[in-house]
Amino acid sequence: MYTIFLTLSKYILIFLMAIYTIQCFSVFRLPDISKRDGIYIRQDIIMALIYLIAFTVMYLRSADTWLLILYALTQVTFVAFIMLYRFLYPEASKLLVNNMCMLMSIGFIILARLNFSKALKQFSVALVSIVIALVIPYILKRFKRLRRFYMLFAAAGIIALGAVLIFSTAVNGSKLNIRIGGVSFQASEFVKIIFVFSIAGMLSCMKSGYRIVIATAAAGIHVMLLAASKDLGGAVILFIVYVIMLFIATGKFLYFILGTAGAVVCSIAGYMLFPHVRVRITAFTDPVSSIDGAGYQMAQSLFAIGTGGFEGMGLMDGAPSRIPVVEADFIFSAICEELGVLFGICLILVCASCFIMFMNIAMRFNDMFYKLVAAGLAVTYGFQVLLTIGGVTKFIPLTGVTLPLVSYGSNSIMVSLIMFSVIQGLYVSVRSANGTER
Amino acid sequence: MLFGKKHRSEDETAKERQDMNRSNREILFVTYIFTAVFVILIGYVIYFTAIRSESFINNPYNNKRAQLLSQKVVRGPILSRDGTVLAKTDTDADGNEIRIYPYGSVFAHSVGFFSQASIGVEAIANFKLLSSDINTFERISNDLNGIKNKGDQVVTSLDVGLQTTAYSALGDRKGAVVVMNVKTGEILALVSKPDFDPNSIDEIWDLINSDTVKSPLLNRATQGLYPPGSTFKIVTALEYIKEATDPGDYVFDCSGSFESKGVRINCYHGQKHGELDFETSFAKSCNSSFANISSGLDKRSFGQTCRDLMFNGDIPCPYSYKTSYVDMNKNTEYGQLIQAGIGQGRTQITPIHMAMITSAIANKGILMHPIVITGVKNTYGQTIKSYGSKEYGRLMSGYESRYLRELMRDVVLNGTGSRLKDTSLYEAAGKTGSAEYSQDKSKSHAWFTGFAPYNDPEIAVTVIVEGGGSGGETAVPIARAVFDDYFQ
Repeated sequence: MYTIFLTLSKYILIFLMAIYTIQCFSVFRLPDISKRDGIYIRQDIIMALIYLIAFTVMYLRSADTWLLILYALTQVTFVAFIMLYRFLYPEASKLLVNNMCMLMSIGFIILARLNFSKALKQFSVALVSIVIALVIPYILKRFKRLRRFYMLFAAAGIIALGAVLIFSTAVNGSKLNIRIGGVSFQASEFVKIIFVFSIAGMLSCMKSGYRIVIATAAAGIHVMLLAASKDLGGAVILFIVYVIMLFIATGKFLYFILGTAGAVVCSIAGYMLFPHVRVRITAFTDPVSSIDGAGYQMAQSLFAIGTGGFEGMGLMDGAPSRIPVVEADFIFSAICEELGVLFGICLILVCASCFIMFMNIAMRFNDMFYKLVAAGLAVTYGFQVLLTIGGVTKFIPLTGVTLPLVSYGSNSIMVSLIMFSVIQGLYVSVRSANGTER
Repeated sequence: MLFGKKHRSEDETAKERQDMNRSNREILFVTYIFTAVFVILIGYVIYFTAIRSESFINNPYNNKRAQLLSQKVVRGPILSRDGTVLAKTDTDADGNEIRIYPYGSVFAHSVGFFSQASIGVEAIANFKLLSSDINTFERISNDLNGIKNKGDQVVTSLDVGLQTTAYSALGDRKGAVVVMNVKTGEILALVSKPDFDPNSIDEIWDLINSDTVKSPLLNRATQGLYPPGSTFKIVTALEYIKEATDPGDYVFDCSGSFESKGVRINCYHGQKHGELDFETSFAKSCNSSFANISSGLDKRSFGQTCRDLMFNGDIPCPYSYKTSYVDMNKNTEYGQLIQAGIGQGRTQITPIHMAMITSAIANKGILMHPIVITGVKNTYGQTIKSYGSKEYGRLMSGYESRYLRELMRDVVLNGTGSRLKDTSLYEAAGKTGSAEYSQDKSKSHAWFTGFAPYNDPEIAVTVIVEGGGSGGETAVPIARAVFDDYFQ
């Protein structure tokens, strides 16, 4: 029985994940909301099954009682989160709530396998963040004048990034964190959200004909501060988000083209200016020949994905710990190694369905400010997913960003949950304003 | 909205609707672009896993994962070109797995071993041997019953007969023999000595790993760097053919040495060759004449010819190899130019590289990509993958290769390779070399590199015997044994 379960669990997990993923997309095809509810409940059951099977496998393999405690705590939290959201915000997107929990579940499974104490720490931050996530839609509903504070948002973002640049000490060449009262904040994570609000405010509310110039200047300062702190992942994300928000606000294709051209120029400049960018390009083009140095991490990531193959080595049967920083930036490689590339592909599709849902919500607003906020956050999320998964699979050079809701990292999980909640909040306000699903 | 039906509330003004529709068009556009990139990313991940990953994962830095796989899979066998087992894993009554090499030390370097370290096909095909391409249900059923899956069989191009012949012909001497099929690039035999018995690798490991005098672990065929001596005259001749208006007009009177601008070159054992043309200079391997030829060559162009022949760079070798070296560029000193022209000075080459150059000459100037693994079969003998021959590239023109073939044929007919002459089985061609490697000028490595049949070449054979003296006397008979075996 024991062997049968362990042998088949690998395939069952992939199968369940595939069904969950298909349902993420099939909801879009059902206009009838009552039928959609059935799908959401089935998704919840599948999610609980995946979580149960994965933790059972890990418990059987390790006999570590702590795993059961973590399982119980997290599972109760997810159930409570889903129930509370349904109760407090019946208009909220249940698909997004499910996906938030699914992504966090996968994160906890692989974190518990990789490093139990980090999983526990992640749980404590997630718990606080979930409480915040539950309050955010209410706040957004109450404070509709948020858009007026765009200058304040921009100033706050610039000051935060400037403070990091001046006061923080470099880790691995990049200045990312600032410590306030013993807690370490990665400013660029939080700035992403207020950046979207400030740019959305400028582009939708300013009467001045120079709104584009002002918005561009604000965005430029953000990006340059990030580049100066050598947080290139952050810089690239904000750059792209700005270009796309500008394109949506103005409808001018020229900005899209100019932005893309600008991105190319900046990439080349980055390559010329920063030695650590060159190192990453070397690791990207030929990780194996630079395996003793720059390419080590990349090569180990590819070994993990390649050795795991489509069906994976099985939970606790691989060697994901050989990848440096596996819990954060390289979590996707660990997932592919042990749960299989097929599972990983489903994960990409779940992320894609979140992105599509965000954009879908953006299209429902009549109000340009909300439209821009939703689209801006959608692009922030979608682009970050592409950067991190593309990076660890050698599709594009590595930028060192996390996979939202899945990767380990206090700031990452908190900001990701806030981001999802903001979108939910906007969605709730537009749906309750219209009374019905439009 | 993207996929669902569109509804509109009544109270929207026309203006608002227009505005919304307009920016929705942009949002939709961005959504499609991102969705497309997601799809491309997924396509790439599938492509990477199915195709690209194979070449990545087979890396010594990934040994931990190989170990994990070996807990689930019984390492597959390695086969020769006709299916003879060269390596296999037997499981004894206690469940211990033992790797068995039926031919013992004959394939020590070419098939290699798998232990604390791994070399040879065992290293190159590590993950293939640890994959089990049987159907998923059978695999699950094996897993359920606690039976280890049987690993795939790796088929090589190695020929047991030729390998054994080359192995015995080299005897107790240090050196290497490489035999390649010039039309397919298949490596038929690869011998390196001193050798060891891979069956007892665990017991002898400490001994051979620390033996820096004989270095038995070193695969001399691919990792041994030797001065090429007169075999390098092939390269010098090629450069001369390219530069000279008519190489047929060349004449030189050999008095046993060549002296110019303070550089002195002696012929092998001070021999006086007398009146020579280009062809006889090559056939008799006259150092003085080739020093004379080299003195007039364009260093930059000579350097380019060397690079075309893959000196100072990568060679398409399936085994781990060392990079051959020649100092030849526009800044090269005069003395080095002359020394390089006769394969001495700061020039070093691996035997497999010499075999590749010879193969290209034999194959109308085109080098076929050298391969040793030709296919993978599952444990039931069903073909999973086969690796066909493919062109690596053209190393010289067809005319140049024909010229060199003629020169090399003359070496056998009228020169230093005469020990290959008196046979009716085949017409061989080649070049000998006796490469000095120390201050003691009387000591030399014996080289031969050649091919047969002359009219329609099939195989190339490269031989080096360390400290073997004259190439014609020591290396040629070994090559002859291989040719005789192949053409009998």
